[in-house]
Amino acid sequence: MAQAGHLTQSRAAAPLVSAVTWLRIGIIAAALLTWQAAALWGASLSKINPALSTLLSKVTPSLLVVAESLAEVLFHPDLKWPIDLGIGSWRFTQELWIPSFYWHLYVTAAEVVVATIIGGLAGIAVGIALGAKPFLSRAFERYFYYLGPTPKVVFFPILILWFGVGPESKIAMGTLSCFFPIVLSVAAGMRQIDGVLIRVGRSFRLNSWQMVTKIYLPAMRQPILNGVRLGMGVALIGTLLAETRLSNKGIGFMVTDAYNTFDMPRMYAVLVVLFAVAIGANALVARVSRR
Amino acid sequence: MSARGIKGQAVPVLFGLACLAAFFILIEFLINIGKINRFIVPLPSDVVKSFARVAVEEDLLNRFLLTAYEALMATLLLSVAGISLGVLLHRVRLIRLATETWIAALASAPLVLMYPLFLVMFGRSAWTIIMIAFVSALPPVILKTLEGLSATRPVLINVGRSFKLTPSQLYWKILFPAALPTIFVGVRLGMIFALINIVGVEFLINFGGLGQLVNELSERYDWPGAYAAIGFVILVSVMFFMGTERIERWLRPGT
Repeated sequence: MAQAGHLTQSRAAAPLVSAVTWLRIGIIAAALLTWQAAALWGASLSKINPALSTLLSKVTPSLLVVAESLAEVLFHPDLKWPIDLGIGSWRFTQELWIPSFYWHLYVTAAEVVVATIIGGLAGIAVGIALGAKPFLSRAFERYFYYLGPTPKVVFFPILILWFGVGPESKIAMGTLSCFFPIVLSVAAGMRQIDGVLIRVGRSFRLNSWQMVTKIYLPAMRQPILNGVRLGMGVALIGTLLAETRLSNKGIGFMVTDAYNTFDMPRMYAVLVVLFAVAIGANALVARVSRR
Repeated sequence: MSARGIKGQAVPVLFGLACLAAFFILIEFLINIGKINRFIVPLPSDVVKSFARVAVEEDLLNRFLLTAYEALMATLLLSVAGISLGVLLHRVRLIRLATETWIAALASAPLVLMYPLFLVMFGRSAWTIIMIAFVSALPPVILKTLEGLSATRPVLINVGRSFKLTPSQLYWKILFPAALPTIFVGVRLGMIFALINIVGVEFLINFGGLGQLVNELSERYDWPGAYAAIGFVILVSVMFFMGTERIERWLRPGT
């Protein structure tokens, strides 16, 4: 809709920079200026109202400081150095390692991808079963439908108990989150398949497996990709929340770590990059599914 | 005929319930013969029994009311801010063209991860939870309001014009009522997001209502209690979901 609007506008008048672009630039500039003004105001209050000044310096740190943190997050390499832990004649060296942002991003991305694959395959299988058999759908679909929008993060203590404190429990959290939207999307997609296609498959006497691979899956590309897009979004949220709760790696850990050390500029920097990555990934999957 | 229809509906439903019951009996059996470690999965019968204990000892009613209060406040904020922003975007085309894609993009960003920022601003209080729920559930309300207003049938607007309604009358008598069902879809979506985030953040920052209950019981290694609390949270959200769904059906009887 917005894009269509763009097109008509550029065709009609075609100024160098359209009004929409100006407005966008204006909104961004106003937001940044307000932010910086709040930062300066906070700095100037340090003598008069120390409490408010501290709050402002944490909530709206100067943009320069945030930019500095952003640069540090983006360009800082992994730090590795060996340290000698030897006592007496017993020699023992260990490598101390402070991983960079990209390593944490890799951990989170890997968790989300594995979770989406597990949850997606399970969701597609269950969704096809529900969509193909009306009896199963009437018996079980209501449970998936009503469990879908419940808060999954409350299952996290159980998942820690089952899968440990490592990345496995985060993958389980992501899997649990993305399973339900994918099931519902696939089951709904199954019912929208053109009946002709199914009858063609039947008339060729395809068995169930062939029906799935030759008829159902190709016909449901769109709903499956849509479901996976939705599922990946909630898997990301589930994984990140699990990481903020209990972990020592991943973006969620970086955010809580920054908060625990009260390093708000760093937290902003991590969040900015994370949001950019999340929005970009979502747009990418949306583009793929539209093609 | 109708009796057979009802019977045809009831068989799968009963089958589903029977499968659910069989699943729990199987778990109970597997724990009893030691195939599943009872320290990891408590007996389903123990979980059911601890419902009453948790309800009394943990002050379940007040916790529920606190979570409900947070959800209510978040919903109020969401409705006021989301619908007014949606109306603004609908009225001023330029703003809509400039920001609609931004809002849609924000809907896909994990905004709830900003909760430490809200902790700094509001402290460990109910307002942190309300605000984070509000912020992370705002985009769908704005987008659905906009969708509802834009999808008003032109014939209705023309009827209003032919009666020479003023722009504000046109808005209140034609556009808004016509868009109300879609707006409610948005508000309901927002409420669901808000509830998910409220319980989630309660759990994460260990404050307040039902989310904290799960956290506390699990940190005490009271697993039957924790499973019961999780069951209760799921139950509450399912009831909430069903209730709002019923309102939605009442608002748009055609669909």
